[in-house]
Amino acid sequence: MLSPQTIGAATIDGIAYIGGLARLSAYATRALFTDMFSRRRLAYGRAVHQAMAVGIGALPILSLIAFFIGTILALQAAYELRKFGALQFVASAVAISVSRELGPLMTAILVIGRSGSSFAAELGTMKVNEEIDAMETMALDPIRFLVAPKLFAMLLMMPCLAIWADFMGVLGGSVFGIIAAGFTLKTYIIATLDALVLRDVVTGLVKSLMFGIVITTVGCQEGLRTGLGAEEVGRSTTSAVVKSIFLVVMVDLVFTALFYLNAKP
Amino acid sequence: MTAMPNDSTPNKIPLNARQEPAISIRNLHVAYGEREILHGITFDVPAGETVVILGGSGSGKSTLLRTLVGLEAPTSGEIIVRGKNLQKLSAEEWRELRQHIGISFQSGALFGSMTVGENVALPLHEHTQLDPATIEIMVRLKLNEVGLSGYEDYMPAQLSGGMKKRAAVARAMAMDPEILFFDEPSAGLDPIIAAGIDQLLLKLKEAFGITIIVVTHELASAFLIADRMVLLDKGKIVANGTPTELQASSQPRVRQFLDRVAEPELSQEIDYLQMLTGEVPRPRQ
Repeated sequence: MLSPQTIGAATIDGIAYIGGLARLSAYATRALFTDMFSRRRLAYGRAVHQAMAVGIGALPILSLIAFFIGTILALQAAYELRKFGALQFVASAVAISVSRELGPLMTAILVIGRSGSSFAAELGTMKVNEEIDAMETMALDPIRFLVAPKLFAMLLMMPCLAIWADFMGVLGGSVFGIIAAGFTLKTYIIATLDALVLRDVVTGLVKSLMFGIVITTVGCQEGLRTGLGAEEVGRSTTSAVVKSIFLVVMVDLVFTALFYLNAKP
Repeated sequence: MTAMPNDSTPNKIPLNARQEPAISIRNLHVAYGEREILHGITFDVPAGETVVILGGSGSGKSTLLRTLVGLEAPTSGEIIVRGKNLQKLSAEEWRELRQHIGISFQSGALFGSMTVGENVALPLHEHTQLDPATIEIMVRLKLNEVGLSGYEDYMPAQLSGGMKKRAAVARAMAMDPEILFFDEPSAGLDPIIAAGIDQLLLKLKEAFGITIIVVTHELASAFLIADRMVLLDKGKIVANGTPTELQASSQPRVRQFLDRVAEPELSQEIDYLQMLTGEVPRPRQ
């Protein structure tokens, strides 16, 4: 049974964990800033490789998932809309739900599985192999060298991936629109553009940036906290995935609420 | 007529004795949480000498090495390296100091995502203003010093255990350090490769006059390379002297370690009771 002490301790641990994430992202941001003025720009040099892995590597699977999600959304929306003879609103329903919510969220979940877990495993293995210690004793800052490039790559690629997921989602929705709702591809795209306002897309992009920060810091923090032994790397990786998904959903909730409160009726 | 200097002059001071020790450790205590690992360690590492820290598993020798390079913080005591108290160093001073020391870890700790050449070049890229062409030449020189010429483009995973250790030494040597630390340099290597690593350490000391601190439990290797030896047992120094002095020691714990005598088994009921209650079994007569 949960005692007040247990709940209190868990709350303190949770706050300390979030504090650790905030500190890590602040250090990494500072490292990116100082690296901008250094001669070698080590962090940016390594970020290109990371951006390729995080972004380009995720495109095929993200495209497929976003496409199918778009089709599923259209089917689900049509289920209710056809009762009112309003199938022409399928395009708007898909466009808004994909751009505001599902595009960034599905992108984040996919990136957690591909990159967040890989960050934790990479840093965890480096910790176990004493590579992080070696880095420190060589006066190389592990945050600048390992975390900052990942953060930069993620901040760069997450909005791009989210936009791409929006596009593929709309394309997926158009399949249903064309087959069952009397649209042509052109009219479906026009209906989508009519339904969207800039705010919808910006909402999704802001969320995707925040998701990128969460995924990077959780993955790296779990990796850097890895204990001794190979099984600890597995534990860090699992923990990074579970915590990232939870925190991404929490961040999503907070930002959706903020956008809702700020929206003009 | 001016008298020529004479080796037997009482006031003559050996070259190294004029210098202050490269490392001075005073009453060092280190603990992991509640558990104290090192209990008041005190010794000096003379400049230009090789000091081997010996000890069995769990004696605290690796903790001592990690503390000397700043990876663990002492609970009390002083470590003076190159005249600077480690506990009072700012982040910038640490950064400066770490450019003068090199560490070869037990596993090698080469960065797996980089080639051997990139591993060696990394500290040079980061801490010097040298152009890439000069760094490339220096990498070749360092790898040549450890007998790994031509392995610049190999990934660490493609190297054998001994080669990894050599590559780690090359990386530790990249910044021409004044002090080199080695954690178990011969561990996990066959006797021939281990002898090669010993020869490499001797060569480094002779050629560059580097102060070397080696943590090991390999006796043959230790007696070959050491100028001085420090024997640790349960976080305390039980012997500190030259290899000859240690060989001549009649101290029971030193003799047990050097003569490779196993711990006496618990054979009497009272020993078992003491073991179960956490008391130290009485020494056998």
